[in-house]
This record gives sequence, C-alpha cells and structure tokens, in this order.
Amino acid sequence: MDSRRFDLLLILPLAIFTLAFLVLPLARLTLEAGSGPQGIAGFFVIVTEARFRNSLIVTLILSIITTVATLAVATVAAQTLANRRFFGRGLLLSMLTFPLAFPGVVVGFLIILFGGRLGLVGSVTKSLTGTNVVFAYSLFGLFLGYLYFSVPRVLLTILAAAEKLDPSLVEAARSLGASPLAIQRDVVLPALFPAMYTGGALCFATAMGAFGTAFTLATTVDVIPMLIYTEFTLATNASMAAAISIALGFITWAALAIARSRAMRDVSGA
Amino acid sequence: MRRQWTTTAGIVITALLTLFLLVPVLLSVYAGLTVNYARGISAGFTLDWVKQVWALYSDTVWRSLVVALMTLALTLLIGVPGAYALVRRGGRFARAVEEIVTLPVAVPGLALALAMILTYGGAGSFRQSTLFVVVGHVLFTLPFMMRSVIAVLDTIDWRTLDEGAASLGSPAWRRFLDVILPNVRPGIVAGSLTVLTLSIGEFNLTWMMHTPMTKTLPVGLADAYASMRLEIASAYTLVFLVMVIPLLIGVQLVAGLTEKRTAS
Repeated sequence: MDSRRFDLLLILPLAIFTLAFLVLPLARLTLEAGSGPQGIAGFFVIVTEARFRNSLIVTLILSIITTVATLAVATVAAQTLANRRFFGRGLLLSMLTFPLAFPGVVVGFLIILFGGRLGLVGSVTKSLTGTNVVFAYSLFGLFLGYLYFSVPRVLLTILAAAEKLDPSLVEAARSLGASPLAIQRDVVLPALFPAMYTGGALCFATAMGAFGTAFTLATTVDVIPMLIYTEFTLATNASMAAAISIALGFITWAALAIARSRAMRDVSGA
Repeated sequence: MRRQWTTTAGIVITALLTLFLLVPVLLSVYAGLTVNYARGISAGFTLDWVKQVWALYSDTVWRSLVVALMTLALTLLIGVPGAYALVRRGGRFARAVEEIVTLPVAVPGLALALAMILTYGGAGSFRQSTLFVVVGHVLFTLPFMMRSVIAVLDTIDWRTLDEGAASLGSPAWRRFLDVILPNVRPGIVAGSLTVLTLSIGEFNLTWMMHTPMTKTLPVGLADAYASMRLEIASAYTLVFLVMVIPLLIGVQLVAGLTEKRTAS
C-alpha cells in the first residue's frame, strides 16, 4: 500500500538516527557499567561507596534547595508580571528569559563577576567595611549559579499558568474578606500547582545534571556530573563513570516522569 | 490596606530578581570593553580585548556557526518527517517512540557524551571530525524541533488537508511537501530558532566530545575562563552574547506572532 510505505519512509531517518546514536550508545553505556571489577554491583557504587554517596547527597540537597528557592521566587515574580500591563513589559520579559540560552560555563563566569575575587559584591563590601567578601567558589556561589539558570525556565512555565488564572476568582475571594495568604493557599497556588510540578521537576533534573557552572567555579565540593567527568578523564575509569552516569540519568528521568504524570492527573481531575 | 503590602513585596522581589539576572551580564559587557577592570572606569574603554579574542578564538566562532547550521539541517531532515509520521500513526507506539527520542532532554549531556564516546571512540575519523560534535548536538536538539512541529500539527486539521489533496490525485510525497509542510511552517521556524540557539550554547556534551581540532565557542569560553585574564574572558563572552541574542529575539518574535495568529 502506497501510504504505508510512505509512512515508513517518513520515519526512517528518525529510526536510523535514534537506533545508531541513542539506543546503541545507551546500551553500550549499560554494558560498560556492568563490566567493572565489581560486575553487576558496579551499578550501585553510587550508594555503596562513601565518596560517591557523599557527592550524591550534596548534589541532591543542592538541587532540592535550588528547586524550592526557584519555585518560590518564580511564583512571586509570575504573579507580579501576569495580567499587569506596563511600559517595557515585553523588554523585561525578554531580559528575564535570555539566560535560558547561556551555557553553564557562562553562568559560572557571571557568578565570578558577581562574587569572585574582583567581583561586584566584594568591591562594594571592601569600600564599605574593608573586607573583600568572596563567595563565588563556595557552595553558596554554586547555589546562586544554579538559581541563575533555573529561574528563567521555571518562570516561563508558571507565568503561562498564572496568565490563565481568572482574576475574578481572586477578586471574589478578596471581597469575601480572605487574607492575602489565604487567597494564595486556597485560590492561586492550587491553580498553579500543575505548572509548579512541571517547572520544579525540570529545575531539579537540570540542577542534578548541570556541569558547566560547577566546572567554571571549580568548587571544592564535587557534584555528581563533576565526579563523572573526573572519573572518566583523570582516573580513566570508564566503567565507574558509566555506572554513575546511569544512576544520574535514572534519577533525572524519574523526576521528570513522576512530575509529568502528576501534572496530568491534576489537569484531568480539575 | 493589606492588599498593598503583598503587591509591593511582589514588585520588590521581581525587581531584585531582574537585577540579579541582568547586572552580571552588564558587568561582563563592561569588563570586556574596559582597559583595566581592576582600575575601573577611569582607565577608559577599548576594543583591544575583542580584537585579541578574535585573533585567538575566531575559529571557534566559525565552527560553532557551522555546527549549528549542520545540526539544524539534520534536525529538519530527521525531525520534521519524523514528527509528521508520529502524529499520523498516533497511539501507544508513537508515544513510546516520542518518549525514547525525548530521552536526551532528561538524561544529562555528560552521560550521553560518555555513551557516544564509548560506542564510537574507536571509529577514528568519525570521532575526530566535527560531525561527531554535530551528532551530539542533533541528539540534544531533535526533541525540541519535533515537539515544536507536533504542537502545530495538533492544532491544524492535517487529516482533512491530506485527504483533500489525495482525492485530487496528489501522491503522498507531494501532499507532504506541498500541503503539510507549508501548514506547519510556524512550528518549523520556531523549532529552527530554538535548535540554533541551543546548539550555539551547548557545553555539557561538547566538552566531552570535542577534540583539539573541533572546539566550539562554549568550549573556547571554558578555556578562556580558566586561563585568560578577566578582560579577555569578558570580551569573549560579549562575542557570544552578540551571536545568541538576535536568535533569542527571533524566538520571541515568532512566539508572539503565532500567539496572535492562534488568538485571532
């Protein structure tokens, strides 16, 4: 049949590319992870070996704190920007979303300009109190970098939801005497929850896998992606690097999958 | 009035956020154009750092452009027909394929790069070529192109268009080229701009996959951040911004246009 054959032709390039450069390499990665000195146990090295476990815990905590902080800031900013028309709104939105295109290395460098040895914060505190405050290379600097690249993407997601929220609902709650916090709890946040799940999961997954920012800041704390990199290039331990990669990939994929099914359920339940 | 303090707090937080995102970028632009960053404005401004960056790193700029265009060509050839095929087919199979193709968005770039190197590291000439980096970029950007095209296909009645053309005796491939493609053009344009922007900024995959002969702009940036003085690093960042910001403006213009079209 003509249309059958045509459908096959349409999907052929995609099938070849995906099999050759995605499915096959991921299978090879899995094989490599199981071929280390520990064999199958190599898959669990991320939790069984203290050094890797500590790194996993630091990365998880950093990613969770980043997600919570990003959601808080983005939810406030989205509500402030939604349904408010003012001069320069388009420009402001553009500026808030430009960092989406910055690679992690650039974000790391921006944090150095902000809180590094020649940084803005340091030179201000130096002229005020005489001490040069440097935080770019600490865990706090890393957190600020993660916040920098997380806020724009989460803000876009929540802003889209906030603009769909009917202002008359908030108005009604207010005229019935509800306090601002009660309006948030009972009216606004329930409506934004699906977007917050999706945005939050995206933020968490990106933070877990972020490499460039940590690479530029060269922090003493080893986040998981840095660990994969050093394990592969410096220790030339491919099977260990592969095992950690698979664990990390599984965590980020699961976070996104859970949030997606959750958000879908909320939408269909509403 | 209680209403006012929450509104004021919201405006203050949004303003602080804007400053947090914007000030470091302005600092970087300023540092790239100043004679001596440590001495401040009094030292004056210069384009010398930008010239030095061009002398040292112009090859990475050209390579990034070439990689981005090759990535775009491949995502168009693979992604657009693929997206149409998945929408035509529908059902569980199409969802499963979409899930697999979207994996590179969920799986960290480092893991994908490692998988590619383990699989094709032995294939000397492919491993050494720019094409290796391009394949990595296609892996990462393909889901964005496909999603953008699928989103448009979902809003148009492609089945009626296709069947209408078929009843007039047009063969399947002509219907795809002459009827379907023009109708999904907004999705293709939006997807293309996204692919170009992502490719020019891609670091995680490229850092692992590049060789000394296939350095892209972000790889050069990482190199400059680690080994060059602050002014050169900043001037290099400025070159990156000049390349990527027009693309971002394009993305937003296209998004605004399609929004208007669907609203009217």
